[in-house]
Amino acid sequence: MGPLIPLHIIPETWNHVIAVLLGMAFGFIMESSGFSSSRKIVGLFYGYDFTVLRVFFTATVVTAIGLYYFSYMGWIDMSFVYIHPTYLTAAIVGGLIMGLGFVSGGYCPGTSLIGAAIGRIDGIVFTTGLMIGIFLFSEAFPVLEGIYEGTGMFDGDFLGYITITEYFNISPHLFIFGFTVVAVAAFYFTNLIRKRVKPVNY
Amino acid sequence: MLGLILLATFYITGRGLGASGAAKSTVVAAVDRVAPKHAEESTYYSKFISDDLHPMNTWLVFEAIGVLAGAFLSGAIAGRLKIKTEHNPKITRRRRLVFALIGGILFGVGSQIARGCTSGAALSGAAVLSLGGFITMMAIFGSAYGFAYFFRKLWT
Repeated sequence: MGPLIPLHIIPETWNHVIAVLLGMAFGFIMESSGFSSSRKIVGLFYGYDFTVLRVFFTATVVTAIGLYYFSYMGWIDMSFVYIHPTYLTAAIVGGLIMGLGFVSGGYCPGTSLIGAAIGRIDGIVFTTGLMIGIFLFSEAFPVLEGIYEGTGMFDGDFLGYITITEYFNISPHLFIFGFTVVAVAAFYFTNLIRKRVKPVNY
Repeated sequence: MLGLILLATFYITGRGLGASGAAKSTVVAAVDRVAPKHAEESTYYSKFISDDLHPMNTWLVFEAIGVLAGAFLSGAIAGRLKIKTEHNPKITRRRRLVFALIGGILFGVGSQIARGCTSGAALSGAAVLSLGGFITMMAIFGSAYGFAYFFRKLWT
């Protein structure tokens, strides 16, 4: 019965050892998928390399199917699984800023760490920028508190720890099926696009 | 494969993976060290400071150490370990690094507003079908596609 640590099946003491081990697996797979290269990552936005899309979509679908299967089999209690909370404006504005950062910097926080780990100076510089950005946000927090907490003029933004299927009142199984179909279609069409776009060597 | 690791993470810990969290802990710890009074008074830093635990003592920091080690291992096996700046030969190294820094800063601000980055909010969020996770995922990729035209000289 999972999740193992919140239910104390694995003692809390092991939490950080497990964090390092899972992190290692995460880093190893991301690096071997080619995510240490900013030019490969950005290929997604210019149509010459769709590896990011494939890995990202596959990971989301596999995890979603796995979690619902585990839950169905009674192997995991979903009420102990952390659902990322929804603050409407913050989710949109934060995402828009990050997208701009993505195409400017060529990395996201995870992949810049991976680039930095194998000696990419652009990865190290990006990570430094990341910390500067977090520092700027923290110092400007009094101004940004409303959007972050969903208060003041952003009152009503906080929708809770809600899933997309609860919000639209649809069956999660149907949604995951639809999402899988979209993913497969996306693989097919992006492959067609990649064949038409002039290849970039990096 | 990544999906199986993420699934294992949820099964074992009940939470997803993340990357910007470790950077946040580093910033909080640094500010707490340099200006403890300021950190304590700030509404944001003080959320992450407690009397019994060092701000670096978080799950995501240990995970990030693992990420560095795992990526290093993979790079070593594949023979990709090399200190260099990867950039389009049509632009200078300096230009690449300036835009990498700007990109990092933007990601830093954005990830705090949205409570997570591509890993923590978009990937781990969407995997549990979180509404906010899906919105952030679409906003990140939509915005990157939207701005891609203006940055095309940097990459192609």
